[in-house]
Amino acid sequence: MIALEFPPINEILRWKDLFPTFNKIALIAVAAALIGTLIFLLAGSKDAKVAPKGIRNFAESIVEFIENGIIMQTMGRQGLGWTPFLLSLFSFIYLCNVPGIIPFLQMPATARMALPLFLSLLVWVVFIVTGFKHQGLGYIKSSLFPPGVPKALYILVTPIEFISTFLVRPFSLTVRLFANMLAGHILLVTFSLLSEALFQAKGNPALIPVGVLPLFMLIFLTGFEVLVAFLQAYIFTILTAVYIGGAAHPEH
Amino acid sequence: MEAFIQVAAAAGLTGDEAKAASAAGSAGFAYGLAAIGPGIGIGYLVGKSVEAMARQPEAAGMVRTTMFLGIAFTEALALIGFVVFILIGL
Repeated sequence: MIALEFPPINEILRWKDLFPTFNKIALIAVAAALIGTLIFLLAGSKDAKVAPKGIRNFAESIVEFIENGIIMQTMGRQGLGWTPFLLSLFSFIYLCNVPGIIPFLQMPATARMALPLFLSLLVWVVFIVTGFKHQGLGYIKSSLFPPGVPKALYILVTPIEFISTFLVRPFSLTVRLFANMLAGHILLVTFSLLSEALFQAKGNPALIPVGVLPLFMLIFLTGFEVLVAFLQAYIFTILTAVYIGGAAHPEH
Repeated sequence: MEAFIQVAAAAGLTGDEAKAASAAGSAGFAYGLAAIGPGIGIGYLVGKSVEAMARQPEAAGMVRTTMFLGIAFTEALALIGFVVFILIGL
């Protein structure tokens, strides 16, 4: 049969250090931050009075998407002040996800735990601070003792609310982004290895044309990853908006 | 566990090899089982959302946002299974 050897997980996720403490994943993250900043700085330097075109048009459509697609749907009008934070979060995560399908880079920076973990801890701090800023100590009351629950049930509800709000939220945000990107990366690796092994099958030439099948699957999955890269950035941002909105204005 | 060690010894595997072999088997089960619930959940959720969007196209934007939120929460369970699957394999 064909010799198919899946490399150990570290081999497909760990890249050589460019110099100590700085590897290519860090390079992708730095590049993502710089490219995002550059696009919006360039767009901001254009004259705001003339009709937008080129890069400003592009940047404005992203801002509009954040405002109409995310903030208005979750926080309402009073959440529009959060646009800069959510916009930078969205563009950074998207630009970190997209190298997963760019040839020769082929590695989403968010497929390593560190980046999503840091981002979700940032979100965690932001929504807790927002809660205390808007409601004072009432935030503890509104988040741990939801209104409309019979008094005796608080023994059960309060620990569940505490765990789900303050412990599970950052964890699930991290795991969702990280595992989605890692799964996509491993899928791409699997199908490229499979088609390579089939195309180079020495013992059995009849297997060589079969290698077209995983190749088509690879092309299809690459297209799918374009969608996933956008969707995960969108979901991370929209969940952040929901958490911040819930902390700023509790349900009655 | 005792029975497992005996089987492994009979097959001529050392402790580490037997551990790796059983990990490879159970990793597949871990992910397969973890995918069942969220699979049903997401299917039901998207089906209901499409129904709602077809019934009231003017509310499609709101339904879509809520649908993505629901998918995100449901999907987290499957993804935790996936992470465990990787951790077992390490």
